[in-house]
Amino acid sequence: MQKYILVFLAAALLTGCPAQPPKDDSGSTANAGKKPGSTDSVQTGKLDGADNTQGSAFNAGDEPYRKDAIKDASSPLSQQVIYFDFNSSSIKSEYRDLITWHGRYLASNPDMKVRLEGHTDERGSREYNIALGDRRAQAVSRILMFQGANKKQVEVISYGEEKPVELEHTEAAWNKNRRVQLVYEAM
Amino acid sequence: MKQVLIIASLLLFGWSLSAQAVLDVEITQGTEDALPIAIVPFNWASVEKKPDMKWSEVISSDLLRSGRFAPIAEKDLLSRPQNSENIDFNTWRVGGVDHLVVGSIRPAGLNQYTVQFQLFDVFKGEQLLGYSLTANLSSIRRTAHHISDLIYQQLTGQKGAFNTKVAYVSVTRSLGVASYKLEVSDADGFNSITILTSTQPIMSPSWSPDGTQLAYVSFENKRAQIYTQVLSSEQRVRVSGFKGLNGAPVWSPDGKKLAMTLSKDGNPDIYVLNLQSKKLQRMTKHWGIDTEPSWMPNSETLVFTSNRSGKPQLYKMDKAGQRPQRLTFDGDYNTSPEISKDGLKMAFVFKDKSGFKIASMDFETGIIDILTEGPLDESPSFAPNGSMILYAEGQRAALAAVSFDGRFKQRLVAKEGEVREPTWSPFLK
Repeated sequence: MQKYILVFLAAALLTGCPAQPPKDDSGSTANAGKKPGSTDSVQTGKLDGADNTQGSAFNAGDEPYRKDAIKDASSPLSQQVIYFDFNSSSIKSEYRDLITWHGRYLASNPDMKVRLEGHTDERGSREYNIALGDRRAQAVSRILMFQGANKKQVEVISYGEEKPVELEHTEAAWNKNRRVQLVYEAM
Repeated sequence: MKQVLIIASLLLFGWSLSAQAVLDVEITQGTEDALPIAIVPFNWASVEKKPDMKWSEVISSDLLRSGRFAPIAEKDLLSRPQNSENIDFNTWRVGGVDHLVVGSIRPAGLNQYTVQFQLFDVFKGEQLLGYSLTANLSSIRRTAHHISDLIYQQLTGQKGAFNTKVAYVSVTRSLGVASYKLEVSDADGFNSITILTSTQPIMSPSWSPDGTQLAYVSFENKRAQIYTQVLSSEQRVRVSGFKGLNGAPVWSPDGKKLAMTLSKDGNPDIYVLNLQSKKLQRMTKHWGIDTEPSWMPNSETLVFTSNRSGKPQLYKMDKAGQRPQRLTFDGDYNTSPEISKDGLKMAFVFKDKSGFKIASMDFETGIIDILTEGPLDESPSFAPNGSMILYAEGQRAALAAVSFDGRFKQRLVAKEGEVREPTWSPFLK
């Protein structure tokens, strides 16, 4: 799935219109989602066919922003964690499209809401990290709103370093802990 | 305060006889110039059953933990005089012992005792201190700590901080579910009481200056909110539950105000809540992060962390919150300021290439001392007499303490789970 999204994002960048919503496309690349095991063969096809690429993450006949897309492993909207650099709340370029699509998803589904949970790694002081987690979640929130999400649909909460996903004291664990998690709920 | 102690005593009463330390103290770095002192086991002057606490052990352990003394192990004592008449000062002089403490305890009514002790200067052969104290069964450890305080003050000239408490947060994890507890124990890790248990994070305990209340952050309503809680009655009040962040509560030294971080107006900024009028005053207004306020002794000026320069650094504001003056220029990460009670020093978290360490700054000279080795040290808190700084070692999920000059170090390891965010109480009445 991870690999697949990277391909999808790369493809989106190639088309030169990254903020475009993923189109519903019943083209040849649609089966990529149905056969996650066959991603290797699908990759080249997607990168070649620029016009079709953006719909590639969706199953044939599906609406890209249909309500349950966030639970569909084949939709990029199922990717709901954004990672950050140490002591930074800047959105890394590889996540801009993903957050944009989440913003459009919310705009398309006004009865859905999302809780943005900001987290940091364990390094440094706890209250500063709470503020940093807040800044990270706010940075994601701004893009969601810009894409048409309503203020009432977006809740921001920072846990700082209090809720790590990995408990080890290693770079690898810290990389996974510096994150904003998008937690969707029906209104 | 008296009332609090009485109630706390009642809470402890049932099990104080077998009080267990929840934190084990291990000395990790000693000093060579610690003063040799002998505490002779106190004589029990009665046929009745004696209370299950070794006075000499509690006092020796206190003095050892201060880093200023090297108490002689009980097995190495040259003799065991029970009163001044039995002391042969020559023996102790030859043994290289500078000071000697002898004492006795006898029953004085139901669950009450009279404790007498004397402190001697071995070389002069003179008594320096002599006291007779009344102790309740439920608070005999406190009386022992009080004796340690008297000895410490006599020999160092500085007020002792043994009869104090420490608040900290503990976390235990079971099958991926965390249990957070706000604990208060004696400064030596004994007599721990859980004052709050939650499945959601608890953070940033801060003592009221009279030692009767704690302010803290609890996520129990799924978001950070600030509470104050009276330790004796469990009575708690939610003092801040604004939209966004509610964090970093710190009681002003005069007890009238609570400084805190709120993001209700968009960014994390520092506010001061007047606890009487409930009036909220905004102290900083900046697009960056402003947090971790710490009071100067005047209860007017605040030091705080801000990333307004791009990286977190420490700043000092004037009374109105105007013209913040930058205090730290070394390194690209300085956070978590904690001002000593006398306002002369500041402890903080400093990052260099080998990690996050506890550092101190002398305000007069501006000199910074790096006191610990890291790599994940945080949450510095001064002892009320300024002699030690308590902090958390993130790498071990343990608490540790370092003397203000960095020469003496000890670790306080929890029997189970992680411990963090230690906060030393003020002097208790």
